[in-house]
Amino acid sequence: MSDLKRLGLHDLHVELGGKMVPFAGYEMPVQYPAGVMKEHLHTRAAAGLFDVSHMGQVILRPKKGMEALCLGFEALMPVDVAGLAQGRQRYGLFTDETGGILDDLMFANRGDHLFVVVNAACKEADVAHMRAHLGDVAEVEFLSDRALIALQGPGAEEALASLVPQVAAMRFMDVAICAWQGAELWVSRSGYTGEDGYEVSVPDAAAEAFVRALLACDGVMPIGLGARDSLRLEAGLCLYGHDIDTTTSPVEAGLTWAIQKARRAGGAREGGFPGAARILRELAEGPERCRVGLRPEGRAPMREGVELFATDGTSLGRVTSGGFGPSVEAPVAMGYVPAAFAKSGQAVEGEVRGKRLPVTLVDMPFNPTTYKR
Amino acid sequence: MKYTEEHEWLRVEGDYVVVGITEHAATQLGDVVFVELPETETMVAAGDEVVVIESVKAASDILAPVDGEIVAVNSKLTDNPGLVNEDPTGAAWFFKMKLDDLSVLDQFMDEDEYNDLIG
Repeated sequence: MSDLKRLGLHDLHVELGGKMVPFAGYEMPVQYPAGVMKEHLHTRAAAGLFDVSHMGQVILRPKKGMEALCLGFEALMPVDVAGLAQGRQRYGLFTDETGGILDDLMFANRGDHLFVVVNAACKEADVAHMRAHLGDVAEVEFLSDRALIALQGPGAEEALASLVPQVAAMRFMDVAICAWQGAELWVSRSGYTGEDGYEVSVPDAAAEAFVRALLACDGVMPIGLGARDSLRLEAGLCLYGHDIDTTTSPVEAGLTWAIQKARRAGGAREGGFPGAARILRELAEGPERCRVGLRPEGRAPMREGVELFATDGTSLGRVTSGGFGPSVEAPVAMGYVPAAFAKSGQAVEGEVRGKRLPVTLVDMPFNPTTYKR
Repeated sequence: MKYTEEHEWLRVEGDYVVVGITEHAATQLGDVVFVELPETETMVAAGDEVVVIESVKAASDILAPVDGEIVAVNSKLTDNPGLVNEDPTGAAWFFKMKLDDLSVLDQFMDEDEYNDLIG
């Protein structure tokens, strides 16, 4: 794994028994000795700690004021940036001219700048994209000296608040800057598991002490990428490069909730983002295909790539993510089917090892979310 | 007990050989969530994929170690795939084969040789 980058906390993961595998150019812990199933269930029952420092952290500092920065950033996404209040975070998507998705991300309004978190595999391209398009309005500052730690699950609030009491008052998608032992923590109440919880950007120099302090709290266990994937899958959340990419539009992907009224037809700042023609048309007329939740009957998991068929044998599309859902206690998957088939309760089939097996389309999430709104 | 390079164990019971996977293999696979067993009374050749195991991570196959007939399968695993992680070398056997000549098992590793393999 010599070409792979190491996380700042690499040695701690090894000490904790993490099994390190290549992911998005990094050596990452896929699981710890407890194993994927226990780690998943523990996160939903108590609190799971995830090192997601491979993700890209970027600060956009205004050159010509926050308004110009927000409007410039909006020109890259079908998302309302200018209307985001200070101290709040929002989900965003960079789109391309065809309406496909270049990456999905989180951005926060921190008063005098925006803080952006992007996917690891896309971070270089995202920074280049922002520099190319925001050069007049923003300094694009890529941060390479901060770790990113997620703490997720019903025990997350108590654990993090024992170190930083003010986080208890935060609501879902709030952001705050907190001091801990002289280090500046950038906290958001959000995550990628469907659970209440936090994501915390911490300076590299304080990261190990911070993580050890959290792991010392009751109920906090380190969780690997394996359970991170099954948790987000049960929560119905997209994984970039699998469920969404440049061939899928936000509307096809069912991410219309991320396109606020201000950017839609008749809105205050209608259109004006890459791929607007297609995205606004799909919002008005409906997309040709839709991302749907899939519940295979029986126990055989249907993984990415499994082909989906109508009961008359017509090919419909493919599974984009799938596996066993430890909390659902059954296989779960998501994939794309033509819009005419995209209704809850629709029976289809998925082909696994040459056999067509029954699958039912269901609403997502598969496991109820517990965000503290 | 004999062992294959595919991390199966083979235990002779009379004219039959019982096949399962080793503790090492079960640990490497991770939590098993699905097991698909072969039909009984089928003739198989060495190397045939006879069992599908899916863990939380991936799907893998168990190969028939030798030529012979599948005479019994452990249907408990269909309802309780997690048994593979709980008791891989005992309750979680996969299938029994009838062999014409048990000496074909001589080609496989004994416990010491297998332990050397997995280091």
